[in-house]
Amino acid sequence: MRSPFVSECGEFRTSYRQDMALYKVPRIRYRVYGILLLFALLPWVVSEYATSLATLCAIASIGAIGLNILTGYTGQISIGVGAFLGVGGYTSAVLTSTLGLSFWISLPLAGLVTALVGALFGIPSLRLKGLYLAMATLAAQVIILYTINHWDALTGGTGGMILSRPTLGGYSFDSEMSYYYLTLAVLVFVYIFTSNLFRSRTGRAFVAVRDRDLAAEVMGINLFRYKVLAFAISSFFVGLAGALMGHYTMVISPEHFEIGVSIEYLAMILIGGLGSVVGSIFGAIFITLLPVFLREVINTAAVYLPQVTEHFGALHQIIFGAIIILFLIYEPEGLAKIWRNIKDSCKLWPFSY
Amino acid sequence: MDMFLQLLVIGLAVGSIYALVALGFVLIYKSSDAINFAQGEFLLVGTYVCLTLITAYGIPFIPALLLTLIFSALLGWAIERVVLRPFIGEPVISMIMATIGLSSLMAGFVHLFWGTSTRVFPTIFPDAPVEIGPIVVSQVYIWSLFTVLALLAIFTLFFKYSKMGIAMRATADDQQAALSMGISVKKVFAVTWGISAIVSAVGGVLLGNINGVNSSLAAIGLKVLPVALLGGLDSIPGVIVGGFIIGILESLAGGYLDQQLGGGVKEVVPFIVLVLILMFKPYGLFGKREIERV
Repeated sequence: MRSPFVSECGEFRTSYRQDMALYKVPRIRYRVYGILLLFALLPWVVSEYATSLATLCAIASIGAIGLNILTGYTGQISIGVGAFLGVGGYTSAVLTSTLGLSFWISLPLAGLVTALVGALFGIPSLRLKGLYLAMATLAAQVIILYTINHWDALTGGTGGMILSRPTLGGYSFDSEMSYYYLTLAVLVFVYIFTSNLFRSRTGRAFVAVRDRDLAAEVMGINLFRYKVLAFAISSFFVGLAGALMGHYTMVISPEHFEIGVSIEYLAMILIGGLGSVVGSIFGAIFITLLPVFLREVINTAAVYLPQVTEHFGALHQIIFGAIIILFLIYEPEGLAKIWRNIKDSCKLWPFSY
Repeated sequence: MDMFLQLLVIGLAVGSIYALVALGFVLIYKSSDAINFAQGEFLLVGTYVCLTLITAYGIPFIPALLLTLIFSALLGWAIERVVLRPFIGEPVISMIMATIGLSSLMAGFVHLFWGTSTRVFPTIFPDAPVEIGPIVVSQVYIWSLFTVLALLAIFTLFFKYSKMGIAMRATADDQQAALSMGISVKKVFAVTWGISAIVSAVGGVLLGNINGVNSSLAAIGLKVLPVALLGGLDSIPGVIVGGFIIGILESLAGGYLDQQLGGGVKEVVPFIVLVLILMFKPYGLFGKREIERV
C-alpha cells in the first residue's frame, strides 16, 4: 500500500523555478494549504475561549519565530526578548493612545523601533558570543524594563497604558474571531518571510555565522553586519508580537515584560526546536497551553485533593523547569524533530527503515 | 560626608556577600566552564533549610548552620549528578537553558514547601548597633563582612594547599591533562557543585539576616553575574574586588540617585556596569584573556 501522507517519486523538475520552490512536491504544497485552511476554519468550530487561546498562541508564535531567527539560526543567545516585546508594545501604545496614530501605521513602526533597539543591543555581539552575549542581553532586559518602569511621562510607569482594538474603515476588530484572523494573517506573513529568508543569501549567511563564524568571515561574510541584521530582523518580529499582544489585552504594564517572559520564549524555541520555523510554532503552542492544560488537570484533581489548587504557581514552575531539562537531555532538537520522526515513519510505513 | 561613609560601609558589607555568592558561580565556571543561572535558588534553598531547622525544630544556630551546609553540599552534588552531567561538552546554550530550567524547578519546589510570604530570620547576631566614629552600623553587617573574609581566606588556602584544591585548579586549567594525571574530573565537578551550594547557603543566611527571607532573595543569582564578570569570570581575587565594587556602587547609587530618579536605581546599576565591562573589558579586571574574539 502506498503511504497516504507523502509520495515523492516521479517528480521531475524541468525548470530552475521548480527547483527553487519552497514546497517542491505538489502534495506537500496542498498539505500546507490544507493546514492553513484548518486554522482559518478553527474559530467557526471551537468556542470563543479556545479562539482566544489560539490568538495567544499565534502571537507567541510570531515572537518565537523572531527569537529563533536570532538564537536558532544565527546562534546568538538572547535573554532579552521580554524587554523587546515591551518595546514593541509600548511603542504601539504611545503611537496609538498618546499620538492618536492608526494601528495599521503603528504596528510596523513598533516593529521598526524594536528592531532599532535590538540592533543597538546587538552591537556588543561584534566582540561577544556565547555566555558573554547572553549576559549583555540580560543587561538589556533589566535596563529596558527599568526605563519602562521609570519613564512615567511616556509609559505611565507601573500603572501601565490602555490600548484600543484596531479598526479598519468602520469595522472594529473587537471580537475574538476577528482578532484571531488578524494575528493569523501576521503569523502567515512572518512564517512565509522567515521560510524564504533562509533560502536567501542573508539567511545562508546567518546559518554560516552560527555554524562557524571564523570560517564565515574568511568566506567574505561581514560578521558585524549580519549579526546586527539578525538582531534587527529578530527584534522586528518580536516587536510585532509585543504590539499585537498589547492591542489584544488592551492594557500593558511592566510586569508583562519581565525576565520570566524572556525565559518562556527561550523555552518555546528550545522545546520547539532551534533553527526550525515550524518548531517555533509548536513550541509557542506548547508553552502557551501548558498552564491552561495544567489548570484543567488541577481542577480535576481538586475534587480529590482540594489543597492542590493553591499550589498552581509552584507546580507550573516545577513542570516548566522539568520539561526544559528533559527536552534538553532526551530530545535536544525539540518537537520539530519529533514531528519529523513521525512523518518519516509514516513515509516508510510499513517498513521501519 | 557621614552619609557617604555610612553608605560605603553598608556597600562593603553587602558587597562581601555578593562576593561570596559570586565565588560559587566562579568556582563552577572555573572547573567546568559551565554557568549556573540557578545560583540564586541554591541560596534560597539553603536559607530556607536553615530557617526551618532553627524555627521549626528549635536547633541552635551553629548546629543548624552546619546541617544546612551538609544538606547544601549533598544537594549540589546530586544536582550535578542528575541534571548537569549530560551537558558536559554541550553547546553553551544547552548549558544556559539547563540551569535556567533548574532555577525554575528549584524555585517551584521552594514555593511549594515554604510559600511566598516574607519570613523574619531569628536574630543571630546581637541587636545593638556599633558606632565607628560618626557611622552607625548594625552588627549584622560587621559579622557578615568578617564571615565572608574568613571564608574567602579559607578557600584561598584550600585552593593553594589542599590536594582537592590543587586537583580543582588543574581541572580548571586543562581537563584533558588533569584526567591523564589521574585526577577524577567527575569527582572534581561534584565537589565544585557542592562547595558552590555551600557558599551560596552561607550567603543566603547572611542576607536573610539583613533583609528577611522571601523568594525575591533569588534575584541575587542574577546580580552575581555582573560581580563575577567585573572581576573576571575565572578569578577568585577578582570576585572579591568585583563584589566590593558592585556593592559600594549599588549602595551609593541607592543613597544618592534614588531621590532624583525615583527609586529602583540600585537594581539597575550592576547591569549598567555589566554593559560597560562587556563593551570595554570583556575579560574583567583579573580574568584570563582568552575570550574567543569574533
